[in-house]
Order: sequence, then structure tokens, then C-alpha cells
Amino acid sequence: MGRYLTRRLLQAVLVLWAAYTVSFAVLYLLPGDAVEIMAAGGGEITEVTDEQLDAVRAEYGLDAPLAEQYLDRLGAALTGDLGTSVQTGERVTALIAEQLPATLRLTASAGALALLLGSAVALAGAHTRRPWLRQTLLSLPALGASAPTFWVGLLLIQLVSFRWGLLPAIGDQGWQSLVLPALTLALPTSAVLAQVFAKSLRDAWEEPYVATALAKGASPARVTFRHAARNASLPALTVFGVLVGNLLAGSVVVETVFSRTGVGRVTATSVTVQDIPVVQGLVVLGAVAFVLANLAVDLVYPFLDPRVTTGGAVAR
Amino acid sequence: MNEPGTAHEPGTAHEPGTAETEGAARAEGRRPGPAVPGRPLLSLSDLRVSYRTRRGVEEAVRGVSLDVAAGEVVALVGESGSGKSTTGQAVLGLLPAGGVREAGRIVFDGTDLTRVDARRLRSLRGREIALVPQDPTVSLNPVRRVGHQVAEALLIHRLADRAEAAERAVALLERAGVPEPAVRARQFPHQLSGGLRQRVLIAVALAAGPRLLIADEPTSALDVTVQRQVLDHLETLTRSSGTAVLLITHDLGVAADRARRIAVMSGGVIVEAGPTERVLGAPRHPYTRALLRAAPSLDGARAVRGAGPREPGRPPLARGEELVKEFPGPRGAPAHRAVAGVSLQVRAGETLALVGESGSGKSTTARMLVRLTDATSGRVFFDGEDITRLGGARLRRLRRRVQIVQQNPYASLNPRFSVAEVIGEPLRACGVGPRRVRWARAAELLERVGLPAGTLHRRPGELSGGQRQRVAIARALAPEPELVVCDEPVSALDVTTQAQILELLTTLQDELGVGYLFISHDLAVVRRIAHRVAVMRRGEVVEEGDVERIFTSPGHDYTRELLDAIPGSRTRAVPPAGPDAAPGGRDGPWEVTTA
Amino acid sequence: MSLVERAPRAPHRAGSALRAVARAPGLLLSVVVLVLVAVAALAPSLLTGQDPLTGVPADKLLPPSAEHPFGTDQLGRDLLTRTVHGTGPTLRAALLAVAVGLIPGSLLGLLAGALGGAVDDLLMRFADVLLAIPGLLLSLALITALGFGTTRVAVAVGVVGVAGFARVMRAQVLRVRESAYVEAAHASGTRWSGVLLRHVLPGAWGPVAVFAAVEFGTVVLAISSLSFLGYGATPPQPEWGSLVAGGRDYLATSWWLTTLPGLTIALTVLAANRVARALDHETREAP
Repeated sequence: MGRYLTRRLLQAVLVLWAAYTVSFAVLYLLPGDAVEIMAAGGGEITEVTDEQLDAVRAEYGLDAPLAEQYLDRLGAALTGDLGTSVQTGERVTALIAEQLPATLRLTASAGALALLLGSAVALAGAHTRRPWLRQTLLSLPALGASAPTFWVGLLLIQLVSFRWGLLPAIGDQGWQSLVLPALTLALPTSAVLAQVFAKSLRDAWEEPYVATALAKGASPARVTFRHAARNASLPALTVFGVLVGNLLAGSVVVETVFSRTGVGRVTATSVTVQDIPVVQGLVVLGAVAFVLANLAVDLVYPFLDPRVTTGGAVAR
Repeated sequence: MNEPGTAHEPGTAHEPGTAETEGAARAEGRRPGPAVPGRPLLSLSDLRVSYRTRRGVEEAVRGVSLDVAAGEVVALVGESGSGKSTTGQAVLGLLPAGGVREAGRIVFDGTDLTRVDARRLRSLRGREIALVPQDPTVSLNPVRRVGHQVAEALLIHRLADRAEAAERAVALLERAGVPEPAVRARQFPHQLSGGLRQRVLIAVALAAGPRLLIADEPTSALDVTVQRQVLDHLETLTRSSGTAVLLITHDLGVAADRARRIAVMSGGVIVEAGPTERVLGAPRHPYTRALLRAAPSLDGARAVRGAGPREPGRPPLARGEELVKEFPGPRGAPAHRAVAGVSLQVRAGETLALVGESGSGKSTTARMLVRLTDATSGRVFFDGEDITRLGGARLRRLRRRVQIVQQNPYASLNPRFSVAEVIGEPLRACGVGPRRVRWARAAELLERVGLPAGTLHRRPGELSGGQRQRVAIARALAPEPELVVCDEPVSALDVTTQAQILELLTTLQDELGVGYLFISHDLAVVRRIAHRVAVMRRGEVVEEGDVERIFTSPGHDYTRELLDAIPGSRTRAVPPAGPDAAPGGRDGPWEVTTA
Repeated sequence: MSLVERAPRAPHRAGSALRAVARAPGLLLSVVVLVLVAVAALAPSLLTGQDPLTGVPADKLLPPSAEHPFGTDQLGRDLLTRTVHGTGPTLRAALLAVAVGLIPGSLLGLLAGALGGAVDDLLMRFADVLLAIPGLLLSLALITALGFGTTRVAVAVGVVGVAGFARVMRAQVLRVRESAYVEAAHASGTRWSGVLLRHVLPGAWGPVAVFAAVEFGTVVLAISSLSFLGYGATPPQPEWGSLVAGGRDYLATSWWLTTLPGLTIALTVLAANRVARALDHETREAP
């Protein structure tokens, strides 16, 4: 167990470093007009003189050779310094820290909702004996996975807020304003989750150990909940670990649709004004979310599957 | 009326709805008591099952009638696709998806199981009728402790509370022959060997004290020595508890050793049934006769091997010296030594059999000898030349002289290729062209392996297993090799097909003078085809010698153990009844000569 | 019960696709939707005779009717016409994005699977890292560096798919490589290059194609999301995502402005996924 965890931790650190490097490569190596944009102060592009450009280069360390820039920035990043925003001059880490709580509330509730919805649909679909209900339940995920998030959000606002007047359409005051955004954000994740879980439940039902259980006299409910569900939850859990990063990315769209403040909103504006240091900070944040979620999954995994720590072959 | 303990002969009058099955309706709903004397414990009449797939309806069981008396062992023997497993699943009411019972009755101790509701059926499953499944490696839930899985059978039927069930599970594991049962009960399936897992499954099946056990190929996934131990133990347990067994098997040898009566199934019907001695001694149906002829274990003396080495004085064709193969272990663990210093040689035109259980290193040894795997150390010679480090074009030239026939004909042919392309591939590799020439040669080879010329344009998916293996043999023979490695070439095939392929291999050896390195776990097959035998265990050759010497006076304990474990060996000790034996065989229970 | 081995019947390849469609009405509907989308992209004038850019101010914000099935927008432009004309840019961007993922991705996967060893390790670790960055964020970073516009958005979305294609391709190559028939090909003296061309590639292609079909739905969603956020085409050029964004201000009064273009996106993705599923089924079933 100890070695298992150490290895996972080491992998996590490596992934973070690599993600930082990739984002650096994308943002600083690609032939963009980064310096010009920075010189213009992140606003509308105006005429800038060469002197101004040089000044900006010097200020952001862009006049140094790329390797040196990379090492400097990486060193700073290790101490928790992701640079300063071109647009506001604020430190990127401070900016993110300030906006993160609101987004965490949104993504955490969306994640919980996605888990709940996804498992409920898959389990109900596997359990019900009524063919029509089963068909309906199991075709829901395909619909959920095909609907664009922004469109679902707008539909919900139209129906729930404007037509029925049940919940606020925009803003971030109180739990009422969290319901629709969380639901919108949860939907695509829960759809994928339900698809994976339902498929692994179906596969588990084909396994010979289910025949053994049935031959003992177990009822279908017992087989689904005591035998199939735990085995089938393993692939679903792995997929959920991957999807957590997408929840954070999805907040860009959802916070825009519902006019909420948060990291997602900051991302949208930063991309619009090409605020490179902030965008890089957000990409790194996305990788951190991914890595943390996968670490959490790795921690839970041994409790669900004894083969991980007692040395059996595990297909993941 | 049928007397208990005999099967309905096919074609005899046994209409569904006789007085005996009418009694079932009365008994419905009542907890079955001890078997009523004179009434079979299980009675199938005119059972019909079909599978409804996208391709249409496929009839798997087409009118099976069979009785099993209380405490009796009846074997249902047939090849894959004969409907034997489906029959067993139908009794349990656990047909796979798409399976539908179209007609017939399944009467268990007076209760017609086809007329009771799902709840009642569940109360019988495990409690009265239990299952020992086919493959122990996948038949236990991987994420639950084995003790719990045994206890579950008691909990479902409310035969014990949680604490008591856990205690009784340990006792049941012990009875099933699991050493250190208290420790094992706390372990997970992957921590147990295949043989132990099958014992756990036996404990699961016997937990609630059922009166009928359906054992569906209970040991075919196990090594032959383990297979025997497990079957012996199962026999002891069921005999002491008086549990009846419906033993479903493809292996006539296993059936002969274990069952009092045998029912032979083919194409969804029982073609012949009767006491074991009668069926084996005086088979009436041509299919049974063919099965018996083809079952190597029951017909040990009939060798089909070729003439043998043509020039005994000539130096060996292929020779391995002190071959070692190590595979890197998982992180930090020491390397796994699959082959630990093996020396052997194959002469031109002879068949050397490499025998051993799974994991003994026989396949790796053969692959090193023909340079499909590189040896960690040791040297390989072919026709006097050191080929240990041969590479590039010279290695490819060597390939012409050494070919391989693999185990699984379902995987060894590219599904996208036509048969002509499959056979043409090695020809193409040695520069035979153009395509017209290759195809003409392929057609010639097809004829040689006994396939019609029309096969040339078909794809592997359209061929049966035996036909595919013939194609694989044709491919191996295409470049006129001097040595062919046959890696378990018949183990994926049905026995009747096995016999045909073995005969084909022998004929080809006689005609072409090709040498075989024949890898097999099945000693009975080896005895029929090999000239010399090398027995492998844990990466080493424990004994090597002439085939008759190995089989008649084995020099190593392990060889003796292997020989003893061959199914059907118990039966051979009994003098077979003559061809004119009275129908129904002799009276009285079948004497089993237990070792 | 005969001793002659029974061979399975030859599958009838021809017409099996047609019958598959006929058996599943949902699949038939999906194919119809995709055909309509293709027609809208290639020849929008076949579906609508009106101009997507000029409107009739008197007819502004009309709800759906026989004359304007999707209604009209705040400038009196026919929304169906704008949706139809928005199909071309969206679809072209989606195809470009799939190509950007497919071509380098499958080449990398092929390389990793065929060469193995250190190359494989390096390439696959790289793919892992790409997968660790949430797709939309990586696209946004690329857009920040590359700038706005439909083509750049397509490239930014496509790059995200590289890792996925590489993984699928590599897995297929490895699967085929390990197969008994490839060992047989080696044993018969076929060169490694011949094995790759004749066995590995044809065997690996099917699942990669299925993944491309799934990826098509994914990139349509991603591209329309980015277009919704305003990084795609510049107004007044119509694009599926920006059409929905344009209707946001009239959410309370004119439901059709957001609902109907969004529905078009959802139906297209649904249809693509359905066809991908059928394709998956076919490639699995056919030997």
C-alpha cells in the first residue's frame, strides 16, 4: 500500500511538471503576437512602438533565450509564483485564489450531482424489469452527452427561471442560484458516467461469477447490488477521475451562461484579452485538478478492488 | 414406464405429460421431501431450447429426455455445440440471454420447474439444485472474500445467521479440501490457485446440502493432475452426502471414470444413453462409436504415428543446448525463469513430443528452438549450423525450413485474408510469385490437407475449427519445411476433429518426411502420434525417451503422476463388454475401480 | 450428428449495412439527419432560398411559423436560413479538427506500437500529459496563442484529440501485433514491414475509424462551445455556436433564438454518436 501510494504521488508530480511545460510551449513558443498584446496592456490592440515592445520584453523577461525563460518561470512556479496578469497587474496565484472558492462550490456540487445522477440512472436501468423503462433510462445518457452545455443552461434558464419563475436565472447569491448551474455542469459528466457504469454493469452481468451467484439462489437485485455494482463501479470511478478536470473546464461555459464570478469567468476574459500568464495559470490549475482527482481515485480504488494491493492482475 | 436410473432411449415412447409428470402439479408448492422411491429425482422430458439471435432462431436442444435418480451420477457427454451445457442451464433456469425454453418439462422431485414462478425457482437454486461451474478462475466474484461467497449460499436460503454462516463457511471449505480454511476464507479469489478456487466453488455448491449437483465441465480449465484430485474429492463428497450429479463433459474419459450412466448428446438430441459399461463396451449409435474411436484416452493402443526417422544415422535436424529463458519480473521482483536449461534434439522425419502442464515452459522451449523467441542463454543448431544469433535475411531463409502450427486456429489466421492469401503468405515471403503461381500451389496444398478447392476463396470466419487448422497446416507446409512445430495443434478442437487432424499430420509425415516438434499437455494424444517424448516440469525436462518406454515404464515420479491422471484410465481396467452385449448392459451398479 | 464438420454459414456482407439500418429506425433517422447536415453544408441554397445576412426589419423576432420555421431574429433575418448557412463553417471546422487529431495521432500511435521500447514509453507519456490537461482548457490556451477565428478554433480543438487517436491506434497495433496470425507471419519469414502493411494496419483501421466518428460529435460540441464564447467567426457570419450566443439577450421573450439552433447542434451530435455506435457494432461483428 505504501509503495503503491508513493508511486502514484511521484507520477502526479511528473504529470504536473509536464503539464506546465506543455502550457509553456503552447503559449510562449507558438507564433503568436504575445508581446504586442502584452505591450498593449491586454486591452484593445493599439499602435505600439518598438521601444515599448522592448520595454515589455524586458519587464516580462521575454528578451532572454527561451531555455532561460523556461527555467526561470519553472523555478518561480515551484515557489508558487505563476507570474502577474498582463491586464490587471495582479499576481496570477492571488487572482486564482480569490476566484477559486466560488468555482469550487460549483464544481463540487456538480461533481456530486453527476455521481448521483449517473449511478442512479445506470443502476435503475440495470435493475428494472420493465423493458420500456429500461430503454428510456438507458437512452438518457446518449441524449445528455449530445446536448451542448451552453444550450442546456439557456434552456433551463428559459424554463425554470423565466417561464416558471422557480429559481434565479443569473448571479451567485445563495444556494438557489447554484442549482441550475450545477445541474447544467453535471449533465454531460453524469451522462458519460451513466454510459460507462451501465455498460460495465451489463458486462458484469455476463460474467461467470454472476452465474455462480444466481445458481446459489440469489435474486437479481442481490446480484446487481452486491455482486455486479462493485465490480462495475471500478471503470466508472476511473472515468470519473478523468472527468473532474472537465468539470473545471466546463465552468468556463457555465459561469458565462449564468453570469457567475469564478475561475471559469476569469478564463473566458483572459482568453479574450490574451492574458498569457493568467491562461497558463489556469491550465496548470486544470492539471492540478486532474492530478488530485486521480490521486483520490487511486486512494479509493484499493478499498473497492483488493487486487490492487494484494498483487493480482487488474485491468483498468 | 422407465425404471429409475435409466435414461429414456431416444425414440422410445416417452410422451410429455405421462402420469409421472402429472404428479408434479400436485407436488407444486410443497417443500420437496425425501425422494419418493421409484420416482427419478430429476426428469427431463422432450426439452427444447432455442436461442433467438439477430441471425434468427437457433435450436440448441431439440427434444431431450433424461432421468437422474437420487444419489446417481449421470454424465451428459458431447462436443461443443451439442447442447449439453444448455441442457444443464435449462435445469437451473439460467439460460443465457436469448435462450428460450420452447417446450418440454423439467420435473425435479415431483415439481415441474417450468411451471413455478421465479421466486420458487430461486428457493430451489442452491438449496436443492446447485451448480459447479466451468472455469474456476472467473466464477468467483473477484472483489469479495471467498469465505463470504460460501456463506452467501447459506444466508440467501436463511439457513444460518451471519456469524453462524461465516463459521460454517470455514467448515465447508475444509470439507471441500481447502487447506487452512480459516485463513483462506479471509482471502480473495485471486490469491488462490485454480484448483483451490474450484474447491471453493464446490464448497459453495454443497453449502446448502443440495440433492442434485450440476457440474458443467467442472475441471476442463484445470491441469490434468489437479483435475483428477478435484474430481476425486467431488466424488467422495457427493457419495457421502448422497447427492446426485449431472456431470456435463466433453471428455468421454472423465465420464467413463465418474458416471454410472452416460448420455451422449449431439446436435441437440441424446443419440445414445445407458449404463457406462454398455455405452462404452457396445456403443450402438455411429456417433458414439466415432467418439469412442476418437477419444485417445480410451483407445490408448491405437497409434497413428508415422514411420519415424528415415535415416537414423543422420545428425539431428534441430538441436538445443542448455536453453534458458528468463522473463523480467515485475518491478524489483527477480526474473521469472520459464525455461531452466533444456537440451533436446529433433531428428528428420520423427515426432518429438514435448509434454507438460501449463506453465512448464514447453511452448517457450519450442519457440527458442525455432528462433521465434530469443534464448537468454544456450545455443540452437539447425542442420548442424549454429543459428543462435542468426538474423536478417539469413534468418528469414531459415524460416522456410522451419514452420509452426499454432494452438488456436481461430486466432492464427488473419480474419481479413482469404484462404489463398493465408497459404500464399509464406510463399510470398520466399519470393514465389506471381500470385497465379502461389494460388496454384495453395490449391495443391488444400487438396493435400483434405479441403475442397472451393475453400481457396473463403475467409477463415466461414470455416469450422477443424477446417481452419487444416488451412494452418497447409500454410506451414507451403514452403516445404523440414521441421514443423505443432503447438497444441488439436487442443482447441473437438475429439472427432482431433482424430482427423492427428491422422492428417501422420499421413503428411509419411509422404513428406517432415519432422514434428509436437507440444501437448494431453498424454493420450502424445501416445498416438509421437516417436519420442520429453516430459517437462517447471522449466526442466524431467524425463525423455521412446514413447512406449515412457508410457509402459515411466522413470520419473512426475511422469507416473501424469499418466495416472489421464481421464479414462480407471475405466480401462474393466474388461469391456463384447459387441454383442445385451442392451442395457449388465444389471447392478457400475463398479468403479477407484485407485 | 454427422461426422462431417459443420462450417458456419458464410455471412452476407453485401446488404448487411442496409439491413442494419432497416432494423434500427433510430439509426435510419440519424443517417437522414447527417445527410441533411451535409447538404446544408455543401449546397445551402437547396434548403433555403433566403439571404442569411440581410433581414426584413418589419419581420423581426417573429416566432416559428410556416414561412419562418425557426422564426426570425432581432434584425428580421430568417433563423432557419442562418442555421443552414452556419452549417458549412461549423462542419468544415469539425472535419478539420478531426483531421488534425486523426493524422498525427494515428501516426504517433502507429510509431509507438510498432517500435515499442523507449519510443513507445516517451510518446505515450506525452499522450498522458495531453490527457491530463482538460481538453477545453488546452484549446483555450491554443486559442490564446494562435488568435481567434473558425480555422484556429478548429486546430485548437483538433490538437486535443491527438492523444486519444494515438492511444486507440497504439492499442490496436499492439493487439494485432500480439495476435497468433502475426506470429505465424513472422514464422513464415515475412519481413516486419510486410507484416505492418499487410496485417497490422488493415486490422487496426476499424476501431480508429469508429473513434473518429465519436470524435466528430465531440469536436462539434467543442467548436460550438468556443464559438458560443465568441472565439469563432466574427459577426454577422452565422455559426452554430454564435447563433445560440446571439439569442441570449432575447431569452425571456424569444425562446426560438437559442432553442432551435441549439437543437440542431444536439441532433447532429446525437446522430453522429448513433452512427459511431452502429459502426462499432459492425467492425466488431465482422471478422
